[in-house]
Formats: sequence, C-alpha cells, structure tokens
Amino acid sequence: MAHWFAMGGYAIYVWPAYAVFLVVLAWDWFAPASRRRRLTRELRGKLARERTRGTRATRAEAST
Amino acid sequence: MSRSYLPHWIHWLGSPPNFYRFAGALRPWLMAVALASAAIGLYGGLVLAPPDYQQGDAYRIIFIHVPSAWMSLFIYATMAVAGLVALVWRVKLAEVIAMECAPTGAAFTLVTLVTGSLWGKPMWGTWWTWDARLTSELVLFFLYLGVIGLCNAFEDRRRGARAASLLALVGIVNLPIIHYSVQWWNTLHQGTTVDFLDPARSSIAPAMLWPLLVMALATHLYFFASLLGRTRTGLLSLESGKQWVRALVDGQPAQTTGAPT
Repeated sequence: MAHWFAMGGYAIYVWPAYAVFLVVLAWDWFAPASRRRRLTRELRGKLARERTRGTRATRAEAST
Repeated sequence: MSRSYLPHWIHWLGSPPNFYRFAGALRPWLMAVALASAAIGLYGGLVLAPPDYQQGDAYRIIFIHVPSAWMSLFIYATMAVAGLVALVWRVKLAEVIAMECAPTGAAFTLVTLVTGSLWGKPMWGTWWTWDARLTSELVLFFLYLGVIGLCNAFEDRRRGARAASLLALVGIVNLPIIHYSVQWWNTLHQGTTVDFLDPARSSIAPAMLWPLLVMALATHLYFFASLLGRTRTGLLSLESGKQWVRALVDGQPAQTTGAPT
C-alpha cells in the first residue's frame, strides 16, 4: 500500500493532479446548487410579497 | 421556419418546463453511471495498469489529463453548436445550454492545464513552456472566460447569451489548432497517444488504453449530468416570471430547497 502510494517517487506530482481533478469538478457540481437555492429563496419571497400586497392594494401598485 | 422538419419530441423537449422535468429525471442516472465508471477507470489506471517503461508511475496523470483535455474540446464544440442554434433560430433553451456549457468547459480546461503542468515538471523539467499545444489550450481557457464574461456583461440576459454565442462560434477556429498543434509545430508536447481515426497509429498498451477510455466515458457522462443540472437552474432563472416556475416554487417546497434533485 505504501509502495503504491509512493507512485515510484512521483507521488508529489501524481496525487496533487488527482486532487485538482476532484476539487475542480466538485466545485463544478456543487456551485449551481447554491445559485439555485438563492434563486428559489428570492422567487418565493417575491411571490409572498405579491400575495400580501395583492390583498390590500390594486394591481397597478403591486407592479411598481 | 424550418422547425417543422424536426420530429415532434424535439419540439416537446425544447419547451423549458418539459426540459426541466426531463433533465431532472435523467441527471441522477447519468451521474450514477459516471461515478461508477470513474471508479472502474481509476482502479484500472492507478492500480491495474503497469508503470510506463520510460515515465515510471508519473504517466498515470494521463488518466485524468487526457480525458479532461478531450472534454475541454468536446464541451467547446457542444457550446458552439448550441450557440449556433441560439443565433439562427433564437431558441431559448439553446441559449441557456450554450451558456451553461462554459463553466464546466472552463473547469475541464483548467484541470487539463494544471495536471499537464504537474506532469510536465518531472518529465520536461518545467511547469510551463510556450509550446504550441499548451499555448492553444490556454487560449481555449481564456475563450471560455470570455464567453462567461460577455454573457454577464449585458443587462438583457438573452442578448448577452447571443453575443457570447457569437464569440463561441468565432473561437471554434481554435479547436483544430489545438488538435493539430502537436503535428504542425513539433515542439515539447508529445504527439497523439490515441488516434481514433487510425487506431493502428495509437501508441498505448491495452492495459493502459482501457482505463483511459473508461475515464473518457466517465467525464462525458459527468459533463452531461452537470450540464442538465446547470441548465435547469438557468431555465428557472430566465423563466422566473413564468407560471410554471411560480407553480414549481410554490407547490413543491420539498423539491426546490436543499440539494437539487
């Protein structure tokens, strides 16, 4: 196992390369999730505001 | 409009709410197969494949470097095709797909450059050199960043997507330059290892080739899974005023919070 991990003396090049691959792709995979959560929160807030305003104001006011 | 020549299912899939649901159903399966094949490919490449007779174990970077490099070109081509559809037919879904290709393409290009640098240091004695292959790949990275930047520079997102699609189309001249760079300018980067057009010219042992091809499959599947997820989010953002998005945000709180499903 230690022999395998040493990669014939090239461990300091091989493992960082694999780490970069995993980290960059993990970023690519998880970054849209936070954008999506933010978007959903904003949309839900907007809908809630429209609803409360809609009960006591006219449509023209609601759209400003 | 020539759209009437297209089969019915393309029309169906081209509608944002339909695509949103289709992509949501397909994405977990693609990612599952991508992860499984990556596990097999990495085991084959890191454990089963023998060391290279010249490069020892350093060559094992090939199993991520080359698939990433292939993806950097493949994603660019996908982006350019979607960009062409966006420009010619003004299909909203194509605009979103073209723009959502760019971050993943930039990610794979970055991985290609960094892993290549980590491979170049022990083999060539330098982290970086202005070799034709390396330089044209760096230009590709800047093209991706340019597409992302140009798209975000417009107030109107659809206009931004079309302007960036045009840039993506112009930049496609870089793809053959990258591919043939090792032949046209025979500098430091090694020549083609796997030649799909002429397999007899490939210079790689089967025990090294199969993990490479499995990793190539894994990265392609990963890209499609990632693109479907990004496109779903892009559609939600672009269509946020539409009824289907309102219904989705309103009616299914369990599905729209937390991790994307």
